[in-house]
Amino acid sequence: MSDVVLLAKNVTMRFGGLTALNDFNLELKPRELVGLIGPNGAGKTTAFNALSGVYAPTEGTVSVGGEVVNGRRPNEISRLGLARTFQNIRLFKKLSVLDNVRLACHAKGKSELWQALLLTAEHERREAEMEKRAFELLDFMELSGRADEEAASLPYGMQRRLEIVRALATGPKVLCLDEPAAGMNATETAALMKLIHAIREKFGVAVLLIEHDMRLVMGISERLVVLDHGVTIAQGKPEAVRKDPKVIEAYLGVEEGHAPLDPEKA
Amino acid sequence: MRLVRALLPFAVGLPALWAIQAAAPPQLAIILVTAGVNVILAVSLNMVNGFTGQFSLGHAGFMAVGAYTAAKITLAMGEAPANWSPWLWNNGAFTLALLGGMLTAALAGLAVGIPSLRLRGDYLAIVTLGFNEIIRVFIENMRWLGGATGISGLPPYTSVVWVGLGALATVVVARRIVGSTHGRALLSVREDEVAAEAMGVDTVACKVHAFVLSAAFAGLGGGLLVHYILLVTPKSFTFVKSIEVVVMVVLGGMGSISGATLAALVLTFALELMRGLDQYRMVMYSLLLVVLMLSRPTGIFGTKEIWELLGPKRKKAAA
Amino acid sequence: MSEFLQHLVNGVSVGTIYALIALGYTMVYGVLKLINFAHGDVYMVGAFAAFYIANALGVGDSPTLGKTLLVFTGSMAVCAGLGYAIERLAYRPLRERPRLTSLITAIGVSFLLEYGFQLAPFESITSMEFPPGPTPRFFPELFPRTVWLQIGEVAISNIDVLSLLVAIALMIGLEFIVYRTKFGTAMRAVSFDPQTAALMGIPVDRVISITFALGSALAAAAAVLVAISRPRIDPLMGMMPGLKAFVAAVFGGIGNVPGAMVGGIVLGLAEEFVAGYGVSSFRDAIAFAILIAVLLIRPQGLFGRQSVEKV
Repeated sequence: MSDVVLLAKNVTMRFGGLTALNDFNLELKPRELVGLIGPNGAGKTTAFNALSGVYAPTEGTVSVGGEVVNGRRPNEISRLGLARTFQNIRLFKKLSVLDNVRLACHAKGKSELWQALLLTAEHERREAEMEKRAFELLDFMELSGRADEEAASLPYGMQRRLEIVRALATGPKVLCLDEPAAGMNATETAALMKLIHAIREKFGVAVLLIEHDMRLVMGISERLVVLDHGVTIAQGKPEAVRKDPKVIEAYLGVEEGHAPLDPEKA
Repeated sequence: MRLVRALLPFAVGLPALWAIQAAAPPQLAIILVTAGVNVILAVSLNMVNGFTGQFSLGHAGFMAVGAYTAAKITLAMGEAPANWSPWLWNNGAFTLALLGGMLTAALAGLAVGIPSLRLRGDYLAIVTLGFNEIIRVFIENMRWLGGATGISGLPPYTSVVWVGLGALATVVVARRIVGSTHGRALLSVREDEVAAEAMGVDTVACKVHAFVLSAAFAGLGGGLLVHYILLVTPKSFTFVKSIEVVVMVVLGGMGSISGATLAALVLTFALELMRGLDQYRMVMYSLLLVVLMLSRPTGIFGTKEIWELLGPKRKKAAA
Repeated sequence: MSEFLQHLVNGVSVGTIYALIALGYTMVYGVLKLINFAHGDVYMVGAFAAFYIANALGVGDSPTLGKTLLVFTGSMAVCAGLGYAIERLAYRPLRERPRLTSLITAIGVSFLLEYGFQLAPFESITSMEFPPGPTPRFFPELFPRTVWLQIGEVAISNIDVLSLLVAIALMIGLEFIVYRTKFGTAMRAVSFDPQTAALMGIPVDRVISITFALGSALAAAAAVLVAISRPRIDPLMGMMPGLKAFVAAVFGGIGNVPGAMVGGIVLGLAEEFVAGYGVSSFRDAIAFAILIAVLLIRPQGLFGRQSVEKV
């Protein structure tokens, strides 16, 4: 099963009486680029949180790189190869751009505390390696010119890119991007989508991309999963999904007289 | 070669401290010792309250643990046997005592830290304050620790050199940690815990490490202090003392090592200058705290080091 | 048996005081999510306000019911004003800032009151001896203590009964305000979500101000009740009761009015019984032990609800 990097099986998330995500299934192969779409409030971010360990799934199993991670903490899941960004950017605001990225490199090549205290050769070498790697990533995203600035001082679009760099720095097998294009204009969005594609090619990661605007991901996704009210209403090739009446209904609303989708029965 | 570089601050510091000790008149020496202990306390508390963004109000509790341990050890070691050099024996005993104090304080930090670090912000503050008081009440009830009156007649081991080395060690450790992955992990916990976890940072471990390390140095400060005033009593370690240290950290800027150091020095000297106005001391402290929070809540230097604010920015790396 | 009864009486009597102070903590935490560290010192100010008013009225020479009432209401009014002023000057400007900033400010205000009151009196400025200075003062007798009920060796005094009745009356009054009045609804709305409450046209600032004033007045009432039965008052008298009342509030579920009452009584009883039957010198550590246990086992307290953090 090593050819599946991320697997969600019958994942359900309940908060009190509310079922935010119902029987969610997902299988991501290496280098695959999958879009997770759905209208606002469909449960996309909940799915992300269940996958990345922010929440422990109420039911079902999540595995990353073939290892079941139910109930594991996000930091352990990150080390197994799942990295994510956040819908409402969560950078380390007061740290420099470089430190934001360097921090995420720490999973690889962290030296022991005593080495840091005695400034051993190994410690210095590792720090230098980390810095080098951070700059490589920043270069790729055209951010290295700003490496010494405070993360919070970057313009919005760059902050989004920096979050992606930071996620990449953890050396993931799967990159989960939560609405990376939110708040961007059409040109910026198009550039970002191209960039995401390029990231996949260069780093060989699988990408799971959340987006509520379906058109944005059509072009680059190989596969789409559509959520509505916590329920997976469709999945498959973008062209097929686009024509699916259920998806059209979910996005355009239901006309009078049609039975609305009932998340409990679906 | 590397070891030389690692120990460079001490190699430079030691002769300087000897010179200061030789030159300083006794009145100044008292102030210097107090200032040095305050630097140790402020910089070590900063590891928790500044770098990691947690809020401990229990620093004096760890001081107490270190102070009592060190006092017990030096008293047990006693005077140098006839065939020993007294200088060697005394300094050896003191080194052992201080290390012992740091160790027990660190253990206390671990014992307090593991359960309470699940809590956040203001709750953590109150719980650490609670532990501070529990430690104090516990000591007051221990007859072998001298109860409420404490233990007097400690040997006068603490000198300007000792305190100076302690302060230097604290600052060097803090600096090197912040410059390493470990330090960046602590900072990330302060900045955004959820994001830090998503980046693979074990936030719980980070907090515990910061807490233990901070407690160890509080223990060092405690051990040094009581071997100067030659008396160890629970009254020196109430949460009022903890809050005094918090004021220094807050004043200097939470997360700034140089800020905390400077604040500790300035406050010690300022308070010494108004010695006659003893009753206004705590009033000044509290007013300072309120005014500072209202006008510059990040502290005078914020999270930055002094030179970062003074000097020009480091050259931008080539793209 | 009589010893048990005596501890029970003492525990309830201390507990009602904790409960009254805890209400202030809980109300303020409810609307501001702030541990008002200075609350215990507002309680101390309440005792001194009552002390100065009582002396000005000459209560010591000729106690009357009218004067007693004046002492109560006067002290409550002074503290309501103080609470209002603290919120206005120290907390309101920081409301949008991180919560720890407010907490540090609260600690500052607390120490300012404690040590400000310990300063020597500025006799040249006021004819009153204010600030009172560090030496304890003795609160004048508002009315003579009599035994109200005797069960075996257990004596319940009129002061015990009065304390309990006043405390209960005030709690019922508060419960009424919080759950049966328009202001109470506004207060609960602010506590639930200040932004939305503001959008609904609730004057959030005013609600918070009044909450502080109310909580502080309750602390003053507690202080007068304590001063009547234990007349020694000093500027540091609010420190421990303040912290313990906070523990009571956390125990009951912070932000929860009945919880604060139950928490206060439970803490009072726990202290009294542990001190009575165990080691009395550990008395001050009990509250903190309870606090730590509660926060680790059930951090939301007895009646509180757990909240899920949104990511």
